[in-house]
Amino acid sequence: MKELALHILDIAQNSIVAGATLIRIGITEDMQGDLLHMTVEDNGKGMPSEMVERVMNPYTTSRTTRRVGMGLPLLHDACRAANGMLTIESAVNEGTRVLATMQLSHIDRQPLGDITGVIVLLFSANPSIDFVYSHIRNGNSYIFDTREVKELLEGIPLNTPEVIKSIREMIASNLDEL
Amino acid sequence: MTKVKSLADLKKMKDQFQSKIELREKGEDPDSRVQIKVAMATCGIASGAKTVMEFLIEELDKRSIDAVVTQTGCMGYCYAEPTIEVKLPNQDPVVFGYVDNKKADEIIEKYIKNGELVDGIIPMNYNTIDNQ
Ligand SMILES: Nc1ncnc2c1ncn2[C@@H]1O[C@H](COP(=O)(O)OP(=O)(O)OP(=O)(O)O)[C@@H](O)[C@H]1O
Ligand code: FES
Ligand SMILES: [Mg+2]
Repeated sequence: MKELALHILDIAQNSIVAGATLIRIGITEDMQGDLLHMTVEDNGKGMPSEMVERVMNPYTTSRTTRRVGMGLPLLHDACRAANGMLTIESAVNEGTRVLATMQLSHIDRQPLGDITGVIVLLFSANPSIDFVYSHIRNGNSYIFDTREVKELLEGIPLNTPEVIKSIREMIASNLDEL
Repeated sequence: MTKVKSLADLKKMKDQFQSKIELREKGEDPDSRVQIKVAMATCGIASGAKTVMEFLIEELDKRSIDAVVTQTGCMGYCYAEPTIEVKLPNQDPVVFGYVDNKKADEIIEKYIKNGELVDGIIPMNYNTIDNQ
């Protein structure tokens, strides 16, 4: 995986599998502190603490189709390669928070990639889950919240093709202006 | 058409969205929708599932096919990622492997439009524990 946006898509997939109904995705780019900071937070079924400790190890997975889990270890590698780290906090029946940090200017830091595309894909492919995406760049912030959009559109499904296109446009132009 | 930049802009388009939906619903009964699931476990994403999913959403709309594309977890075919499951109305779902944009195009044109079989079908015996 060569883009942080794809890691986010993958980590959010864990939240979906964990039965989350609300997933918060946050990215902070801080040039002054030379820090990039990425969180995926969910209200899914969570994990017991022994599981949290083991989860950075690729031989930890609850899937039954393949014996190793790759998602978190791959992100862990990406963090370490860029002088950062991965932290996981989780509580059973409450939820999980995955926090990845990286040195923003590090030569081996993966590029952000198509983050707009990932957010759009997540909400359009998972109509029953709500997503909050907040992006802070050097103190300026943009927040996109599907609950807000659903209320505004009064029952028009967000995965209607025309709606998807318009929301993509909205997120992209707001990110450009950060 | 002006660009949508804010929630207020989005709200202004509500009627337009609504009429598109009504137009679409007029000709078709809801049971005639094609349902597609894209496998999005780590191996799927790493091998290009995002690109394929975006291609499907865009092309199905362009070609005026009433379809809903959702994501699912692992379907158990790491070796054949990206994989997608296609369910035509009143038919059993079929899983296709090694789906890049070219294959997706072929699946739309041959299988979805005409019900013709195309290469790359994976026999169905997969374990859907992650799918629930
Ligand atoms: N948000 C979460 N909520 C609950 N459990 C989680 C969460 N994220 C990870 N886990 C647990 O940690 C395990 C390891 O996750 P990881 O993403 O590394 O691998 P995986 O999801 O099992 O497989 P892969 O990501 O390779 O498709 C998961 O199987 C799951 O049991
Ligand atoms: S883990 Fe690869 S297809 Fe499921
Ligand atoms: Mg995973």
